[in-house]
Amino acid sequence: MRYFADWIIENLEFTRAIPSEYVYLIIMVVGGLLLLLFVVPMAGALTFVERRVAGKMQSRIGPNRVGPQGIFQFVADGVKLILKEDIIPTAADRRLFKLAPYIVFVGSFLTFAALPFSQKLIAADLNIGILYIFAVSSMVVVGIIMSGWASNNNLSLLGGMRSAAQIISYEVPQILSVLAVILLTGTLGMQGTIKAQGWAPQHWFLFHNPFAFIAFFVFFISAVAECNRIPFDIPEAESELVSGYNTEYSGFRFGLFFLAEFANVYVISAVAVTLFLGGWNTPFYLPTGIWGLLPSAVNLAGLITFLIKTFVLVFVCMWLRWTLPRLRVDQLMTVGWKYMVPIAFFNLVGTAVWMLVWGDKSIAALLGG
Amino acid sequence: MQSFNIVVYVFAAIIVASAALVAFSRNLVYSAFALLFTFFGVAGIYVMLSADFLAAVQLLIYVGGILVLIIFAVMLTHRISDVEISNQSLRPAQGALILIGIMAVLLGVIFKTQWSLEGQLEYQATTALIGDLLLKKYLLPFEIVSVLLLAALMGAAVIVRKEVRGEQSGGKS
Repeated sequence: MRYFADWIIENLEFTRAIPSEYVYLIIMVVGGLLLLLFVVPMAGALTFVERRVAGKMQSRIGPNRVGPQGIFQFVADGVKLILKEDIIPTAADRRLFKLAPYIVFVGSFLTFAALPFSQKLIAADLNIGILYIFAVSSMVVVGIIMSGWASNNNLSLLGGMRSAAQIISYEVPQILSVLAVILLTGTLGMQGTIKAQGWAPQHWFLFHNPFAFIAFFVFFISAVAECNRIPFDIPEAESELVSGYNTEYSGFRFGLFFLAEFANVYVISAVAVTLFLGGWNTPFYLPTGIWGLLPSAVNLAGLITFLIKTFVLVFVCMWLRWTLPRLRVDQLMTVGWKYMVPIAFFNLVGTAVWMLVWGDKSIAALLGG
Repeated sequence: MQSFNIVVYVFAAIIVASAALVAFSRNLVYSAFALLFTFFGVAGIYVMLSADFLAAVQLLIYVGGILVLIIFAVMLTHRISDVEISNQSLRPAQGALILIGIMAVLLGVIFKTQWSLEGQLEYQATTALIGDLLLKKYLLPFEIVSVLLLAALMGAAVIVRKEVRGEQSGGKS
């Protein structure tokens, strides 16, 4: 986004009259709106895909009435959610009840600002990119507790508390496994991490060394837990808590919780692709000089590569959801603290030792001589 | 520099308003949740002062960790929704003493610090610099803090374990 803004200021005549600060401001707002235009339909479409995938896995049909193969189902659902009456329980804490869904959605939407899409397509290539993503997504926890408390409902409160305990517990192994990759790259930036990898699988960090390989699975499992999805969906366990922290919500506010959940699934998949699966790297390279500025085919190939990898991981999330049973609360904590955290620590130390012995050479580089 | 000032003042207003809500709200839960906006505003000020790493860590530690623990503690308070027991002003005289003490320290810091003036502010990545300082110049304080945290962690574990024992032998809750 930054290079684009600079290009506009340098090359377009009419912007000379306006101070550059305002041009940056306008571009930031436009960039944010573009991201919103990507996130909302994408998350909506994912709800439809999820239901179809669930149908196929359970040998039933799933939604197939609205449009060909039912692909407009999510549009119908969205319209329904917006038109529905917005009910606030009389016993609820009105102010917090209204505020909570926005905090949850803002927390998960803010992460998109630092997510890469292709070589040039990223809203803000922060030098603390990965740290920023974890930082803003920690706002989601507060929103979830707030919704559970404000609903003034035992089941909601229980769901909110469980969610907070779960997210805080799984944040530890998640960040520890990411640290292994940060050790290898020496940068916190998202684009820098992708540039340190190659297009071929043997140059991905997934196959860089045995510890990075394990770190990927630790990261992905903890990330699924952070999203409150099956097999870690005890905050909204239908058979125990009706629907957990969002039980009392209806209409648009419920829709925001739903959007945030599916946006989060995309975010964890995109982060996993960035850190471990080579990101947008393709066998082609951007031409240098004046041609590199154009929206080139190489850039498009990078975008498509990145989206394909990400949506494969999103599909894996759905696959897990419809094949695995739910963990019990104590099992969840056991998995988190007694298995994931020690494994993540082992990985971190292992990666450090690997780098001490072989530097940043990968297995492929060692075998190739 | 005009827009820079506007943004800083917006963040400062967020901090002051939400901090006032924390201090004066009659509802303890509102106080706890208002802290979210205070921490957010402080992170914003850090960003404007080109302390990017510190801003992200501020959100990660304070919002993701400490705030959640505070909210947990508040929610576990007995008769939480009872307005009478939450946020009463107690002992104004002692409070005023503490206030004066803190103000004196803050003013001392404000007048002693060598402030970098407008235009001298340099935007650069601070992560590597902080790492260098922590592991070279300030290694000893860093290690002492680590040991302190480890001790606190073990202390917490010990306290929790005792409770379980009492439950098994005495059968009391």
